[in-house]
Amino acid sequence: MNRIDQLFLNKPQEILNIYCTAGFPALNDTLTIMETLQQSGADMVELGMPFSDPLADGPVIQESSTRAIANGMRISVLFEQLKGFRDRISLPVILMGYMNPVLQFGVENFCKQCAETGVDGIILPDLPMDEFETEYRPVFEKYGLHLIFLVTPETSEARIRKIDSLSKGFVYAVSSSSTTGKDKDMGDQQAYFARLKNMKLKNPVLIGFGIKDKQTFQAACANSNGAIIGSAFVKAIENSTNLQSSIQSFVQGIKG
Amino acid sequence: MDIAVNTSHSKYHVNDKGYYGRFGGAYIPEMLYPNVEELKEQYLQIIGEPAFQAEFEQLLKDYVGRPSPLFFAKRLSEKYKANIYLKREDLNHTGAHKVNNTIGQILLAQRLGKKKIIAETGAGQHGVATATVCALMGLECVVYMGSIDIERQAPNVARMKMLGATVVAATSGSKTLKDATNEAIRHWINHPVDTHYIIGSVVGPHPYPDMVARFQSVVSEEMRKQLEEKTGNTNPDYVIACVGGGSNAAGAFFHYLDEEKVKLVAVEAAGKGVNSGFSAATSQLGKMGIIHASKTLLMQTEDGQIVEPHSISAGLDYPGVGPLHAHLYETGRAQFLNATDDEALAAAYELSLLEGIIPALESAHALAKLKDLPLKPEDVVVVCLSGRGDKDLETYIKHLK
Repeated sequence: MNRIDQLFLNKPQEILNIYCTAGFPALNDTLTIMETLQQSGADMVELGMPFSDPLADGPVIQESSTRAIANGMRISVLFEQLKGFRDRISLPVILMGYMNPVLQFGVENFCKQCAETGVDGIILPDLPMDEFETEYRPVFEKYGLHLIFLVTPETSEARIRKIDSLSKGFVYAVSSSSTTGKDKDMGDQQAYFARLKNMKLKNPVLIGFGIKDKQTFQAACANSNGAIIGSAFVKAIENSTNLQSSIQSFVQGIKG
Repeated sequence: MDIAVNTSHSKYHVNDKGYYGRFGGAYIPEMLYPNVEELKEQYLQIIGEPAFQAEFEQLLKDYVGRPSPLFFAKRLSEKYKANIYLKREDLNHTGAHKVNNTIGQILLAQRLGKKKIIAETGAGQHGVATATVCALMGLECVVYMGSIDIERQAPNVARMKMLGATVVAATSGSKTLKDATNEAIRHWINHPVDTHYIIGSVVGPHPYPDMVARFQSVVSEEMRKQLEEKTGNTNPDYVIACVGGGSNAAGAFFHYLDEEKVKLVAVEAAGKGVNSGFSAATSQLGKMGIIHASKTLLMQTEDGQIVEPHSISAGLDYPGVGPLHAHLYETGRAQFLNATDDEALAAAYELSLLEGIIPALESAHALAKLKDLPLKPEDVVVVCLSGRGDKDLETYIKHLK
């Protein structure tokens, strides 16, 4: 069974998914970060494959991507680093990135490497759903990879249904129409969260964008199966002198 | 006005899925889906409405000053031994072809009920044209511009501000047009409901490349009529236009795309030389990739990171081309040449001295290739003079020897 499905089966609530950019703050920090996240009590890891022009991301994640690229991170390097990581890490791992680098790497080759290293799911915000359905779905399925799509407050009910039918693992509910790392009030989003909840989707729902502390995490969890934290975590480690303790205290601050 | 011309059977126009051959599409994050879908569903119908066309035509005539003249450049013709005409887009209100598109899009935005406008700009021509139509229609306007371009195009920044627009500096990446576009798209993601994004070139997700090309097609539509009056034939032998994203070229080529006898020449910015590492000649240096939500030719590293382009002209300083142009390149329908910074400067001085017209640096790239074409004395050549050079004076002065 895919580790994402296994996770939601074992623990349907209060899932904490942490995003970090691969190769950031330093090129070889990625595995240390994942391991520390696991020890600290995170439930899932989303690894960003850095891209020079990350449209859906705000300045914090863009800056981390720029640094990671300068550090030498690239998809082929990431797969090198991930070789054998399953000996140490059991958390479900998702790779997040933009279509262009994946296209240049080759979609089939990319999926194959994901499967071989032990990656469970993929998020590609700029991959059109129709193109996934007609061109790439069989490739992702062949390698047992879950593709996770986003929904927003502006997504129509019919489209949410369609997204739910094509997504596997979970549906990523963007908390408000925004790029990552925007400070927006979760309170405004109650109607949207309730609407999603009442739709009784086949997939679990994780809420992301704007989750930054215990309060926003709990607000998200009250309406879904959990939440994804990105920019706040990247900020917490960007200038850290002791990665492990920074990560531990960050996760404790959210869950403790 | 012929902007809703039936193009569905042409192999050079967009298909119903938003592609030109292998290029095009809409690679957008879900946050933009409703906006782009709304546009896609409505743009053809809206711009096909007689009331829309009448208003568009009226504004082009009385506000922009169209039709722009087709000028027979006698001394230039003598020099290059052919019949060279200049399509004078530099005489449009705001000084470039960009306003044709912003007039169209502002009318569209009104009909979609949008209250705020965002735009990106490189040379500032599109930003000025957008700020202008926003002032005309009383809409709020935010223009993103790379911080490097803000420096090198100061007069246009001042114009935008005087027209009431807020100019926001894009400070990421190369701090030029590509990054201004990223920032504008991000702004749109953060303000999706009441905001329309007026893209200035034939780039971006479908339907933008097709929509912008249709608004700019007024250029080739006029060229046909004017050529017939002047030469007795609607078709020239050559149409030459510069290409950054490619909107003026799309407009100049539009009605000739299926007239295979008309040679279409697209001139890209070679910067300091195609292989110098400081170039924006996408067709030579790029390969298939995705930039600003469409699949097209793109300058990129082996890993798919977008490469920083270089051109002396801010308007051509872009690492991609529109998907239509990628298709024209791949099918060989258009010939793609490139001009260096120095060639463009020389062509600008030459036109100034021979015809009393100071062209925009962008347009000077197109003029620079007259010397490289196998022109015959009977050939009729139209160069799209996409904009005027006032905004580039500082660069011209700096390089004047």
